[in-house]
Amino acid sequence: MSAPAETPSSMAKLAPLIIKRVLSSLLTLFLVSLVIFTVSGLLPGDAAQEVLGQSATPEQVAALRHEMGLDRPAHLRYVTWLGGIVRGDPGMSYVANMPVSQIISDRLPNSLTLAGITAVISTVLALIIGISSAINRGGRLDSALNVTTLSLVAMPEFLIATLGVLIFSVKLLWLPSIAMVTPEAGWSAMLRSMALPVFSLTCVVVAQMARMTRAAVADQLDRPYVEMARLKGVPFSRIVLFHVMPNAVGPVVNAMALSLSYLMGGAIIVETIFNFPGLASLMVNAVTSRDMPLLQSCAMIFCATYLALMLVADIVAILANPRLRA
Amino acid sequence: MLIGGDLSRRSLIGAGLAGAGLLALSGCGGGERKSTPRRGGGIRVATQAASTADTLDPAKGALATDYTRHFMLYNGLTCIEDESLVPRPSLAKSFESADRITWHFELQRGVRFHDGSELTAQDVVFSLLRHKDPAVGSKMATIAAQFADVRSDGRYGVTIRLTGANADLPTILAQSHFLVVRAGQNAPDGNGTGAFRLAEFQPGVRTVVVRNEEYWIPGRPHLERVELIAIPDEVSRVNALLSGDIQLCNAVNPRSTRRIEADPRYATMATPSALFTDLIMRQDQLPTGNPDFVQAVKLMIDRPLIKRALFRNYATIANDQPIAPFQRYFNPDLPQTVLDLDKARWHVQRAGLTGVRMPIFAATAAEGSVDMASIMQEYGSKVGLNFAVNRVPADGYWSTHWMRHPMTFGNCNPRPTADLIFSLFFDSKADWNESGWKNERFDRLLIEARGEADEARRGELYGEMQRIVHDKCGVAIPVFINLLDGHDRRLKGLRPVPLGAFMGYRFAEYAWWED
Repeated sequence: MSAPAETPSSMAKLAPLIIKRVLSSLLTLFLVSLVIFTVSGLLPGDAAQEVLGQSATPEQVAALRHEMGLDRPAHLRYVTWLGGIVRGDPGMSYVANMPVSQIISDRLPNSLTLAGITAVISTVLALIIGISSAINRGGRLDSALNVTTLSLVAMPEFLIATLGVLIFSVKLLWLPSIAMVTPEAGWSAMLRSMALPVFSLTCVVVAQMARMTRAAVADQLDRPYVEMARLKGVPFSRIVLFHVMPNAVGPVVNAMALSLSYLMGGAIIVETIFNFPGLASLMVNAVTSRDMPLLQSCAMIFCATYLALMLVADIVAILANPRLRA
Repeated sequence: MLIGGDLSRRSLIGAGLAGAGLLALSGCGGGERKSTPRRGGGIRVATQAASTADTLDPAKGALATDYTRHFMLYNGLTCIEDESLVPRPSLAKSFESADRITWHFELQRGVRFHDGSELTAQDVVFSLLRHKDPAVGSKMATIAAQFADVRSDGRYGVTIRLTGANADLPTILAQSHFLVVRAGQNAPDGNGTGAFRLAEFQPGVRTVVVRNEEYWIPGRPHLERVELIAIPDEVSRVNALLSGDIQLCNAVNPRSTRRIEADPRYATMATPSALFTDLIMRQDQLPTGNPDFVQAVKLMIDRPLIKRALFRNYATIANDQPIAPFQRYFNPDLPQTVLDLDKARWHVQRAGLTGVRMPIFAATAAEGSVDMASIMQEYGSKVGLNFAVNRVPADGYWSTHWMRHPMTFGNCNPRPTADLIFSLFFDSKADWNESGWKNERFDRLLIEARGEADEARRGELYGEMQRIVHDKCGVAIPVFINLLDGHDRRLKGLRPVPLGAFMGYRFAEYAWWED
């Protein structure tokens, strides 16, 4: 049952399905915004206290709170904030005295580059590892890859990153131990300083993606249609690429979307170890300084990325597997 | 530094041993070849914290990164150059006061800001008065409250009248917060009279400065370029030093010194400082307000153990009062409190507190406090006190736990004068009177000493205040913690200044690079 030719009627059925998914994602995002707003309000202290420090008098704090609008009722603040987000204006940072959009636009490209390079490398690697270990099931290559991916999954990223630094930076002096991303640096300098962060993140996500790929492909290889194709004399490589992969693509893309969404927000440990100026460390920073506009914007970006990736994965799965369209 | 804001407390940790750093001092190497400062070279420096709150406004400085940045860009009326902590003229070529209430400062002539305009009394008056403006949000607002009047006296003279006598004004003005910005600049942008010009500033990421060719002090600075970044993770910071990505960093953990010293290319510089982590016993609550309880706790602290186990000997044993042995006005006649469990048990019994259960709140925000609390728990069980260690998150510790429970830990940065540490933390009315103790005699002595011109008499007054704090106050100070910097051995001219890391944050003006 390889992907059948699309008929007009099945395409027509598809559009409302996808629209429904998009709408439910938007609804989720709205609910998420409520949660973010409520939870961030639970943090002890507020930006006025953090900005003024401990020597602040109560009058100073009250005045600053009023200036920041922190004394307004929560639902009003929420509506103003959400309205701003929808218009694409997340407001002013309480702490840095700069528009949040500007702070984020300084950091977002860094995070996207890191996530992008890691995503490309790890996706390719994961597909190669997953497929080759699935088709060699039980073989020596499969066991070797199994052991490697399992131990990588089990290894915490700070250990991988620290070992990477100790070997490549401190001992061999090949690569910088901290990522110094400057706008004027050329591509080669940039790639050099990104090498270790990308390496650490790849180790973490590639293992999971490869495991999922292997499972999905192996599951398909056991199906009768594969046996039928083999009996008919279809070359094995063709079976894998054109018969098995379209059917395995749903779970594989899902696993990849999960791993990739992790790259945006979950990279905090790698960002800390390599001092990488990305969004995750910016958000941690915003938490400690109670810079709510910045914190909430970062959280929204992470959640939106996550939902977008999940949406893409769902749509790909629907496109690839006609049975999901019912 | 002078201020004790939430972040600045965390900004200073470390300990160390004066070794290689001292030897690197120019001309002090005994038989070593004398090296002369050489011009040129660029270095990258890492501190332990930076955030989007990073600022170019000296008044708002809250972290080591801020202080270091401000000292590169701006100058103060006075400065502190060495371990004697005696304030010296800087932008003011002289200062004088007959009664320590009215002070006159005569400015240097021909000093120019980076934009070319000349420094005048207007700029100084503006820079000092803005601390009193609540809209500025100065970290020094409470200190600046004692400026009754600041006015210009001709083009190059400034007169400051205080609300009360204060012999320490020149020292106070040497703090990074009181550096001089140009008149009219409500949001200073780095345009100062300092040794370096601002080339790039990205809050939370990096600051780049380049040598100011027209710097008004001839022969300084030596470095062409300094890049200031922050690497919050200590292991990463040390790794960055050892891999040559940075040439200087602060807040090295004593555990990392062996790694650094093992490589002949790198060294550590220890700065004995008056930084301390103290155990606070609130005097307005029971049982911590009971004098016998306080005595018992002071007697059950194993100071040598804390010094050795927690700080690997990169610390100085303290005696429950905040003036360190190497500081001016230290009173050497106070008997050192030593571990005496029998006496402690006796005090506990006399107070009728045997078997009482007491929570101690500790967080990594106060350096070493979690381990100290565990040691207290261990020794407490031997004298009949049942301490429970409540380890709480570092984030928000200062606003939600510090001073709020009967027993918490505090952490206090080195201050340049005895008056500041006593006024900020031990005066009955002080905001940070940590243990909430009240002692009228102490308060009277504090005001008297502040205006006292006779040094010997001042020493006596501060000596007695140390005795009162040692005997009666509800804080226990086990050790003073050394500050520890790591640096590339090719970076010369560094020497410890007990006010903070990086030569009291002013290394950039003195250091030079030797290839």
